[in-house]
Amino acid sequence: MSVIYVLLAISVIVAVGFFIAFILAVKSGQYDDSYTPSVRMLFEDELIKDKIEKTVLTKKKD
Amino acid sequence: MEHKTCFHCGLDATKANITFDNKPFCCNGCKTVYEIFTVNNLTCYYDLQTAPGATPKEVAGKYNFLENTKITEKLLEFNSDNVHIVNLYIPHIHCSSCIWILENLNKLNKAISASTVNFGKKTVRISFNPKKTTLKELVILLSSIGYEPYISLEDYSVGKKKTNRSLIYKLGVAGFAFGNVMFLSFPEYFEVGEYWLEQYKHLFRWLMFSYSLPVVFYSAQDYFISAYKGLRSKILNIDVPIALGAAVLFIRSTTEIILDIGSGFFDSLTGLIFFLLVGKFFQEKTYTFLSFERDYKSYFPIGITKITAEGNETSIQVYDIKKGDRLLIRNEELIPVDCILIKGNARIDYSFVTGESKAVNKASGDKLFAGGKQLNGTIEVDVLKSVEQSYLTQLWSNDVFKKDKASAFTSLTNSISKNFTIAILLIAMVATSYWLFVDASKAINVFTAVLIIACPCAIALSAPFTFGNVLRILGKKKFYLKNASVIEQLAKINTIIFDKTGTITSNKNTAITYEGATLSKDEESLLKSTLRGSNHPLSRSLYDILDNENIITLDDFKEHTGKGIEAHYKAQSIKVGAATFVGLQPSKNSLNTAVHISTNNNYKGKYTFYNAYRKGMSKLFNRLKKTYDLAILSGDNEGEKNNLKKLLPSKTKLLFNQKPEDKLEYIKYHQSEGANVLMIGDGLNDAGALAQSNVGIAISENVNIFSPACDAILDASKFNQLANYLKVAKLAFSIIKWSFVLSFIYNFIGLYFAVTGQLAPVVAAILMPLSSISIVVFTTICTNIIGRKLK
Repeated sequence: MSVIYVLLAISVIVAVGFFIAFILAVKSGQYDDSYTPSVRMLFEDELIKDKIEKTVLTKKKD
Repeated sequence: MEHKTCFHCGLDATKANITFDNKPFCCNGCKTVYEIFTVNNLTCYYDLQTAPGATPKEVAGKYNFLENTKITEKLLEFNSDNVHIVNLYIPHIHCSSCIWILENLNKLNKAISASTVNFGKKTVRISFNPKKTTLKELVILLSSIGYEPYISLEDYSVGKKKTNRSLIYKLGVAGFAFGNVMFLSFPEYFEVGEYWLEQYKHLFRWLMFSYSLPVVFYSAQDYFISAYKGLRSKILNIDVPIALGAAVLFIRSTTEIILDIGSGFFDSLTGLIFFLLVGKFFQEKTYTFLSFERDYKSYFPIGITKITAEGNETSIQVYDIKKGDRLLIRNEELIPVDCILIKGNARIDYSFVTGESKAVNKASGDKLFAGGKQLNGTIEVDVLKSVEQSYLTQLWSNDVFKKDKASAFTSLTNSISKNFTIAILLIAMVATSYWLFVDASKAINVFTAVLIIACPCAIALSAPFTFGNVLRILGKKKFYLKNASVIEQLAKINTIIFDKTGTITSNKNTAITYEGATLSKDEESLLKSTLRGSNHPLSRSLYDILDNENIITLDDFKEHTGKGIEAHYKAQSIKVGAATFVGLQPSKNSLNTAVHISTNNNYKGKYTFYNAYRKGMSKLFNRLKKTYDLAILSGDNEGEKNNLKKLLPSKTKLLFNQKPEDKLEYIKYHQSEGANVLMIGDGLNDAGALAQSNVGIAISENVNIFSPACDAILDASKFNQLANYLKVAKLAFSIIKWSFVLSFIYNFIGLYFAVTGQLAPVVAAILMPLSSISIVVFTTICTNIIGRKLK
């Protein structure tokens, strides 16, 4: 059997795999809101800063 | 004094002089929110954005209806013993701070397990443990930090909405197939006759065939359905030639690979469907946070307080109100049904219903109509009619609200496609019969080639991309259109009708002038001090315009509801209020609202309140009068007639005392005479007129809160730009005409190949995407140029 059948089979499987991933992503609602996640992503830093502030506050109370 | 702005909400805080933690605040409400956030380590809120907050409003008792489990069950999205999920609409969501604080709600209430904001829709989805907290507590918590959710009757009846994602799926399928088919067909474009290609081409072709199956039978199904529907009602819409082209492409390609005479046009077929769907997707993207379909339900509360026969207060659902029930209406609450006032001082604002801007006073025994808003304390009423039978809700039984405007309108694309389809079929016939004589073997080839190449992909794409882009440009300028077809209808308008109150006048400002004897310094100071004690809206606006005087402590102060106020200071007495109250005969000429003043029982003069018109109104009307017929329909009395005549071009028709039905009939009459009417209004009283008109625009001071059902929402601050927006719509229309010319040129080139019988797959594969893409580029550039001209 020629290697081209194997290659074609792989290409189709990979393509279909990505396609299924896309369908699942749409189904789970990832495409419903395309703005909020872009903002939410930036909050990670703020939370860390929050903890630092907390320690400062407790020191002040002492 | 140094100018200070509130650390929480950004309003002026100079006067209030409240300082906490070295930060200025405009009111105690804002300060409280700040305190809540500081205690819970949530001050990050203020780092993300300066002054992001809103002043919390007084909500005591307002949400008592959330104790009724029948109501809460309808509001909850998910309901189990341990988890409740609710999706709340919060109009104040406007920046990243809002997202941050709402997604950290669990720090304020431990019963909340998760909260997710959808910024586009301005909603927050909250999961909480019903054993530890209730929906009512949750809503009160949100209100206390300035994020009051908006809950209306609409939330109750809609149920659980399912988002329709089928277009994304279809687009995904088409894009996926298009990419793979392109990939597989590439070798055959150039390397014909090579050994390994000869050996495997059948496999490649059948693979392409299987990729195209879901495209034709799933992604393209809307075009086939629409073409079928069009044909059945004997309309040749744009989907007819598209469906014809796609069907011919598929059948010819399949026959070719079965008979082994060619590689087929699967690349063009999948590409065509993909581009068309991209156009559709581009056009369909609308403003998710705005609602264009509102009726009275979005204004009405869900629950109302009923007083039972035993004198207890219970919350009941608005639809459960029966004739004869006794209801309690709190301050700032909407009256949901027609009723009779039993107890309390009613001061009803009917601006939603009639457009009349001034609140009216009612005594017990008077009839109150649904849609009015109580402004003055708590009242008790007896119900006369149920919700559906009330005067206001009856308006929605008019047929206007049932018909779909878009379906009644033939777009330019569809009107062109009729002639286009006939022309294409003619060309196909002529070319086929020619080849039947010359070379019969090519005849069927030529026939199908003409139908394939004539598939009006570029024509079908011009309108979605032009309108889609203009929609976006206008959206940035705060003019929000319901969908793209509104632009086309705007371009055809020849008559513009305005509502008066709230549309050409501004709700915020009124102009006040004084007539009569000049007041002495002492009298002015007394007047100001007297007004200070009154909460009447007229007193408040008058108080604000008077110069700063020494505020004196009055010896005696009395407010006579519906009449006026009376005060004594040392030897002086003052009366402020209606003409009869100060001892004057009511004159019939004065239609404008006036506040009369008398001191020591001597009549002094009156302050007259005039409407303040929006900035640039005269200029706008003078610009519009050149191209459009203008008219003003007002629910108000004729008080402003002379004033308006001076301000507006003489041709403008002015009609007063118009009821909601009158407005609707007026527009209907003009439409029957061939006018294309643009109605611009703001309140529920204009709802009928907005629905009847060809295009209805709702003006809104705050686009997130209220607007009746309409085709477009215009931010009040951009009112004077209206003429420019109408011009843009017209320009967009001519861009489409030019892009039609462009796509016809492509069609002629293609037809040359088709008619002469030399349409190779590679020609189709180049020509079809090229025409589509160049149309998209052309329309995008043109619309951006006209968009740049807008201020």
